[in-house]
Amino acid sequence: MADLPTATERFINGILPENPVYRQLLGLCPTLAVTNSLKAAITMAGAVGFVLLCANVITSLIRNLLKPHLRIVVFTLTIATFVTIADRFLAAYLYQMSKTLGPYIPLIIVNCIIICRCEVCASKQSPLVAATDAVGQSLGFGIALSSIAAIREILGTGALLGLRIMPASWPDWVIMVLPPGAFLTFGLLLGTVNWITARRGGKKTA
Amino acid sequence: MNVDDEKNKSAGGLKSSNLVQAWLVLVLAVGFGVSLAGVQLMLGPVIEGNKLNETLEKVPELVLGNLLAAKMAGENQTLEIVPRQVTVEKPGRNKFYSVYEARYQGDLKGWVVKTKGQGYADTIELLLGLSPDLHTITGLFVLDQKETPGLGNKIITDAWRSQFVDAPADRSLVVIKTGASRPGEIDAVTGATISSKSVTAMINTTVGDLRKPLTTGPSSAGKGGKNNG
Repeated sequence: MADLPTATERFINGILPENPVYRQLLGLCPTLAVTNSLKAAITMAGAVGFVLLCANVITSLIRNLLKPHLRIVVFTLTIATFVTIADRFLAAYLYQMSKTLGPYIPLIIVNCIIICRCEVCASKQSPLVAATDAVGQSLGFGIALSSIAAIREILGTGALLGLRIMPASWPDWVIMVLPPGAFLTFGLLLGTVNWITARRGGKKTA
Repeated sequence: MNVDDEKNKSAGGLKSSNLVQAWLVLVLAVGFGVSLAGVQLMLGPVIEGNKLNETLEKVPELVLGNLLAAKMAGENQTLEIVPRQVTVEKPGRNKFYSVYEARYQGDLKGWVVKTKGQGYADTIELLLGLSPDLHTITGLFVLDQKETPGLGNKIITDAWRSQFVDAPADRSLVVIKTGASRPGEIDAVTGATISSKSVTAMINTTVGDLRKPLTTGPSSAGKGGKNNG
């Protein structure tokens, strides 16, 4: 127990040092698929955050009852329940957004960020640590999604959240809101993050 | 004797312990199941309401066109909308259509039909506005679709949907890759011919299916296209 990170460390780790998208390369399906508009990306990050928080806390509460060979079943069951709740809530109160996100909300069930956090943190540490870990990781995920989405939306449509950013003469790079744009943006951003880390960390980076 | 006892014990012990081990999974499954049922009970009607609201909201513009619908809304007038279910017998199965009958001061102004079919990515749900005599399409709205963003999902744009307004409904619509010029021809969305074709095919099928039930039904007493404006 002693050598596991504390709540604060967990929280900070989630944001950049162990950012789920840029460092762990987890949860790439929504990262690539729903980042063609910032609004969709934020909603997706919110839904993942909700599921992650609930799943982490529940897992942490029952961590002493878990049998090693049944733990994945329990994780999946918990995650699926909260994803369904999130999906229904979006369909009821954010109807247009749930139409936009379509199948990607149900797909959070197989988002590996959540099962990873249940396994790595929640099944070993107290609910408080698990909750801060969930918030940190969700923030990291949200930052990653928003950064990709903002770039794609600005370059692809010239506007951000309906606000015109580029000059009117900007030829919208339609490819940026299409799937290839996701790969291009993500690749370049990932490269940038790695480059910055490498420069900062010097020899420390593995 | 002793060994046998041991064997029985371990066999029985294993069996029961398998069940015992799964107790957490079972308890959680029941607990989660109950809470999901609760959520569905609470939110199900809201979600259905959202869909119905969207449908009803769209009926005036689908039947009357954007301009007239906006004018009516401005004058605080509303259409009476009567929902009904139409069953069409198909080989091997029955197909159900939700049809909304739009009347203004008793006169039949048109129909709005909800229909769905397979698109490129997933099911597409459409609302189709038809003139009372089923000679003309008066409007098209996409209620639900999961087509490719940037390509197929352009079927939801006004520009593309407006091609269907005033298109003839008494013959099949044809999708043309570029430069539709004659009535009954529809320009495909660039890069999304499949989505375009599925929408058009759904419309053709729906109109074909409903021609008989709607034009011979009891509520088409005020038949005739004179009240089309």
